[in-house]
Amino acid sequence: MLMALAFYLFAAVLTVAAVMVIAARNPVHSVLFLILAFFNAAGLFVLLGAEFLAMTLVIVYVGAVAVLFLFVVMMLDIDFTELREGFLNYAPIGGLIGGVLLIELVLFLGGMMVAPASSAPRASPVREGVSNTQALGEVIYTQYIFVFQAAGMILLIAMIGAIVLTLRERTGVRRQNVAAQVGRTRAQAVENVDIKPGAGI
Amino acid sequence: MTYQTLLGYLPAIMPELVLGGGIMLVLLYGVFRGERSLISTALLTLLVLCVAAYYVVLGASDARVLAFGGSVVIDPFASFLKLLILGASAVAMIMALEFLKHEKLNRFEYPVLIGLSALGMLIMVSANDLMVLYVGLEMQSLALYVLAAFSRDNTRSTEAGLKYFVLGALSSGMLLYGISLIYGMSGTLNFDVLKGVIETQGMSIGLVIGMVFLAAGLAFKISAAPFHMWTPDVYEGAPTPVTAFFAAAPKVAAMGLFLRVLFGPFEAAVAQWQQIIIVLSVASMTLGAFAAIGQSNIKRLMAYSSIGHVGFALLGFVAGGEAGVKGVLIYLAIYVAMTLGAFICILAMRREGRQVEEIADLSGLSTTQPGLALALLVLMFSMIGIPPFAGFWAKFYVFLPVVEQGLYWLAVVGFLASVVSAVYYLKILRVIYFDDPAPRFTEPSYPGNGVLLAMSVLFITFFIFWPAPLLNAAGVAASSLVK
Repeated sequence: MLMALAFYLFAAVLTVAAVMVIAARNPVHSVLFLILAFFNAAGLFVLLGAEFLAMTLVIVYVGAVAVLFLFVVMMLDIDFTELREGFLNYAPIGGLIGGVLLIELVLFLGGMMVAPASSAPRASPVREGVSNTQALGEVIYTQYIFVFQAAGMILLIAMIGAIVLTLRERTGVRRQNVAAQVGRTRAQAVENVDIKPGAGI
Repeated sequence: MTYQTLLGYLPAIMPELVLGGGIMLVLLYGVFRGERSLISTALLTLLVLCVAAYYVVLGASDARVLAFGGSVVIDPFASFLKLLILGASAVAMIMALEFLKHEKLNRFEYPVLIGLSALGMLIMVSANDLMVLYVGLEMQSLALYVLAAFSRDNTRSTEAGLKYFVLGALSSGMLLYGISLIYGMSGTLNFDVLKGVIETQGMSIGLVIGMVFLAAGLAFKISAAPFHMWTPDVYEGAPTPVTAFFAAAPKVAAMGLFLRVLFGPFEAAVAQWQQIIIVLSVASMTLGAFAAIGQSNIKRLMAYSSIGHVGFALLGFVAGGEAGVKGVLIYLAIYVAMTLGAFICILAMRREGRQVEEIADLSGLSTTQPGLALALLVLMFSMIGIPPFAGFWAKFYVFLPVVEQGLYWLAVVGFLASVVSAVYYLKILRVIYFDDPAPRFTEPSYPGNGVLLAMSVLFITFFIFWPAPLLNAAGVAASSLVK
């Protein structure tokens, strides 16, 4: 009973927040609604017993992605109301296409059966007494270690690529010289100056 | 899966381990040495590639070795393609040095990115799992996007990089959509299990759709028409040695992956995919033949030429069986030798400190530089498919199984496309041999490219006398894929 109540609460707030993301006039409000939507989706994940996914959603999407969005929205000087102009003009044709797609999807799904072969992975729940995180760790670092390491190499390539394409040696910029900083002695850095009262340096 | 089992898998993936670890060390060396270390990093990368190739040879056996729960496979087919990929990457890296020096692009990241891209390709041809397939493909593609935009102050190069990135992301999206459908319909990512599922339950509609999306994504990567739109622009805009690399190694890897997917898990669905491949093949051959005729930029012409060659190689897919796969492998090996040779010639087109790319710039080359002109003559004749050059035998071994399968009309289309493509290859030769001489090209300062060009031309010319090693290796590789 309580679970059902929680589900409807999370689901309702999630839907409303998702609608508000695209309906809000102020882009900052949109991002804040997005964060609300993420939190409620995380709540739904918890109800499903996927607590690891829920925490990742909060940490990655709310902690990093949404905050980044917020920065971008605040930094960029874009007139979003201007961008949104003409939205209503296109709404009828957009709605029509969406409606056709919806009908087609319903027809498709109505006539479709779940592939028998796919029932095996769906029906393999997590073992009793093993948390999500442990279950994931057990396969990521054993069965999927090759893919995991390869994904790490992809991130390395992304890093090299970003440096190759954007880093420029700029002139006239003072750069940190660690050796010079460490090699500085007291004599070079500190000087005793005799100042008369009220005269200044 | 215990610690010991995982350690037991390591010998099987030695080439990848050596390449990955070696490239990271080279990267560290490059970062410490700074900007002026292109030559030494290139030589170190060459060493790493050679050691990786040594381990490929060492690990090559007739057995089919599975690692990491069946998600990685090492068989003669993978070993053959890995050697080809490593060789093509090494040549494409060495031939770039002169160009990079002149164009002020001498940065150590170039060899590092080539090496990382080669690592992705090795993973691709060893994939026995849809997830490994995707990860390998993304690894090579990401490095290629960066390489395309490597000349970052050049608008055309950055445009090429951006175009390649956006369209590549689109193709990855299609590929992923296909993979998710296949997973949903079959409940497995592993090729061997998937094959069993298809053999026992047949192809459901969902699986067919998934396979079509997968095929479309892969066709994008091999630039088969009608998924070729990015090729001419990217080939023209990217720095010339990068274009050479694009035309050689990634094509081999993506074709190998395509073969592995179609003749592995989807072997029983040949009726469904054969018609797709026929369309791709015919479209690529005709487009490659006709669209290249009007080109005046030689890099653009090479792009259409490579689309045409992909079409010919796809003929082997259609024929199927051991002979068809063997034909594709032979075609790929000879195509790589021809295309790298042609690009070394294009790299030699340098005048007054500038790289020139128009076909008209080659005018009268036979009087000013007869050696280079002769090399181009051999390469162009080979690309047309005139005997006794290797290009003829490449076409021979893909046409033969097609004819044996009774697909005469397809062979006739291929032959006609080949004749039409002769028009633009001969046009280049006419400019070289019969037009008024233009000023000489600048002499290269490294001897490397000349040696590589000579090797390519000698291989193409004398392949007819010594074809056994390639034919045997391709035969063993093909029989390991098609049982």
